[in-house]
Amino acid sequence: MLGTAITIWAAFQNFGKFNIVIALAIATIKATLVVLYFMHARYSPKRTQLVIVCSVFWLAIMLALTLADYDTRPHEGRLASANTCYHA
Amino acid sequence: MHRTGDLYGHFQTLEQQKETATLGMWIFLVTEVLFFGGLFLTYTINRSAFSTAFGIGSNTLDITLGAGNTVVLIMSSLTMAMAVWSAQVGKKKLVSIFLIATLGLGTVFLGVKAIEYKQKFDHHLVPGRSFDMKYHPTHPMPGDDPKELALEKKEVEEAFAHDPDINAHGQLYFSLYFGMTGLHALHMIVGAGLLLWLIKGSFAGRFTPQYNTPVEIVGLYWHFVDIVWIYLFPLLYLIDRHR
Amino acid sequence: MSNTPPAPDNELPDTHYLNATYGSGIRSWLLTTDHKRIALLYLASVTVFFFIGGVLATMIRIHLLTPTGALVTPETYNKLFTMHGVAMIFFFLIPSIPAVLGNFLIPLMIGAKDLAFPKVNLLSWYIYILGGSFVLYSFGTGGLDTGWTFYTPLSSVYSNSAVTPAVIGIFINGFSSILTGLNFIVTIHTMRAPGMTWFRLPLFAWAHYATSLVMILGTPVIAITLLLAGLERMFHLGFFNPALGGDPILFQHLFWFYSHPAVYIMILPAMGVVSEIIPTFARKPIFGYAFIAGSSIAIAVIGFLVWAHHMFVTGESTYAALTFSFLSYLVAIPSAIKVFNWTSTLYKGSISWDPPMIYALGFIGLFVIGGLTGLFLACLGLDIHIHDTYFVVAHFHYIMVGGAVMGYVGGLHFWWPKITGRLYPESLSRAAAVVLFIGFNLTFFPQFILGYLGMPRRYHTYPPEFQVLNVLSTAGASILALGYLLPMIYLTWSMRYGKVAGQNPWPATGLEWKTDSPPPTENFHVTPEVTWEPYDFQNRPDLGLSAGARPLAPAHGDD
Repeated sequence: MLGTAITIWAAFQNFGKFNIVIALAIATIKATLVVLYFMHARYSPKRTQLVIVCSVFWLAIMLALTLADYDTRPHEGRLASANTCYHA
Repeated sequence: MHRTGDLYGHFQTLEQQKETATLGMWIFLVTEVLFFGGLFLTYTINRSAFSTAFGIGSNTLDITLGAGNTVVLIMSSLTMAMAVWSAQVGKKKLVSIFLIATLGLGTVFLGVKAIEYKQKFDHHLVPGRSFDMKYHPTHPMPGDDPKELALEKKEVEEAFAHDPDINAHGQLYFSLYFGMTGLHALHMIVGAGLLLWLIKGSFAGRFTPQYNTPVEIVGLYWHFVDIVWIYLFPLLYLIDRHR
Repeated sequence: MSNTPPAPDNELPDTHYLNATYGSGIRSWLLTTDHKRIALLYLASVTVFFFIGGVLATMIRIHLLTPTGALVTPETYNKLFTMHGVAMIFFFLIPSIPAVLGNFLIPLMIGAKDLAFPKVNLLSWYIYILGGSFVLYSFGTGGLDTGWTFYTPLSSVYSNSAVTPAVIGIFINGFSSILTGLNFIVTIHTMRAPGMTWFRLPLFAWAHYATSLVMILGTPVIAITLLLAGLERMFHLGFFNPALGGDPILFQHLFWFYSHPAVYIMILPAMGVVSEIIPTFARKPIFGYAFIAGSSIAIAVIGFLVWAHHMFVTGESTYAALTFSFLSYLVAIPSAIKVFNWTSTLYKGSISWDPPMIYALGFIGLFVIGGLTGLFLACLGLDIHIHDTYFVVAHFHYIMVGGAVMGYVGGLHFWWPKITGRLYPESLSRAAAVVLFIGFNLTFFPQFILGYLGMPRRYHTYPPEFQVLNVLSTAGASILALGYLLPMIYLTWSMRYGKVAGQNPWPATGLEWKTDSPPPTENFHVTPEVTWEPYDFQNRPDLGLSAGARPLAPAHGDD
């Protein structure tokens, strides 16, 4: 609950380009608490903890490597690169 | 396979059965992480390209309803956890009470979402032929705050000047909004169904300290659905509120 | 060991899972939760899709006999190769070994009575049938012409074929895969018999564990991707449509994030089959057990890091291309480790040329060719030249047909005595294996040359100078078809007229061979307790080898 209040307050602050980082960080803290305590991950066997870590890791792989492609391309304010052979 | 009491025939002990069921649910949740993950990736790529449209789209969402829903859902996670605890300590009546509370809160969440969806429909913000981000500011609805409406109109006009394709890009935002919250709501409806099944079982006194696996694994599922919303809320509602 | 004396070797046991009476006739099959019966349900269904895919392939090869295309219109040709791909990949290759052999054998191999979630197993099959029905409906009402890769915006906007039902069907089918993988992982973790430690597991089980990891981590992504593409098509949304601000490359990233690991779903189980067959017919413990087990997991993990090597020519950034190229070279290493280990197992082994062994040896040779040509494709400069040519087509057919399908057919031959209690005609089956091998090479080797010379894939015509090689390929295809038809015939024949197999005809060392053929419904009359290491031919007096005609090989050659 406290977390949600902080989230909204933080949203109305302007941290410049860290906005998204702060918002996601708060969400992650909330999510971690749910996983650890509501889902009893803290008291679960190591295997369960490994399963949780792996799922997050795989999601990270998908996001990171895809963004690695997009972020290292020339930016033109639209998604598709102008080098591909179609015209919007 | 045949069942003697709570033990299915292909297991050796109740302990093995519970371990199996729990691991099974965790692995299912892994698949859900990757399933929603694809949507989150699509969101990330689209938002970084069209931040203006996403900002405006986000500002049309009602933050009170969104925040309220977040609180409701987290509370329902709490009552779900309490239901599991009650089963583990053998307080059968409490199990039913907490399960019903969870279902109730979940229904409130879905009701609020329905209201929000209707609002979007009225404002011509549902992707499709009648989508138009300029519609609401120029067609006030009863109950609209004129000051906020004027602000919205200004924002939309500025954005149009900056990005003439704002309707197309705004549609991307709203497609993702409806897609992600819709998928989430679908999961909640399934969860509600599971809760109903559990409530029925709890009235029959099925859940004891020796056997409460169904409550526990539905609990895991419910908490997961909560976590998805915990990420959806800031990503959809809080993109550009600092203005 | 069991209290019930094993059936004598020349008689089938009195009751087993096939004639067990719980319910009557067809209902007891359609509502079964016995993993062995479910495996046979899958066997029937995947064979139907294999047949459909095969007919489509036949039409493609006949059409390509002449440079200007003799058989069908260009639009129909597009539909032929698309539907061939969809049927074969999603409805044959991905389920085949896991859903047929994996379902049947994994509980037997680990000493369990069934999988962890028997009802979920049955649900898996019904989901497969439902998904398959949607796709067959799509095939029947206009077909599909987008390529099995469904690239947008062709699939989501412009195609006039029945894309939506096909996408729904594949989406649904994905859940069949996910549930099977989930079942296997949980089963292997929690249902092993006493004494069956992780490092006593047969390598078939390790292979399926790794495959299941890929299934559960990858399949959800293609599910959401196809869902988005389908929604885009139905509601004119814009995720992947450049005219509405969307990005086709995003579709490709999402699609290949699953579809590359999917090829490991297809090959890892076949590698598991080979790891069982080779030690059995070399009468030697497998060389480097831990390395084979570990390399299965390594392939599963690294396989998730290479997907954009399918996108080198799409305009992806140079840095991304370099990364994915490097990682693609890396993923070849664990596969190579396996090949070295299999070869070392054969060294100074006591080799016998039973039909499963011919398939396994064929696998090794063809997989090496297919795998090495994958490295050609992973090389950025070379890929520019051979991408979207027949070189790629030959490469993946070497792996998927020369590899995965040979593994599947070889596995069926290896475990057929256990599944049915009967043996099949030996000389005929050896001949069929050789026919398959020859037909396969004649079909696909010319395609490497065609691709290198520049013949593009997915084109309904080609320059006339390529005709000879195309004719060779089609001729090979007819021999290949014979190689598949022969086993379908004699295996079916053997179910009624084959010689009774007995418990352990080869003999092999796995736990599954210590129960009747066919096994009883509960798999083992008494829960086994495992006290021996896998593939340990030296210390298994119960196999009756020392009294037999063929000598045991020494454990590691002349040390």
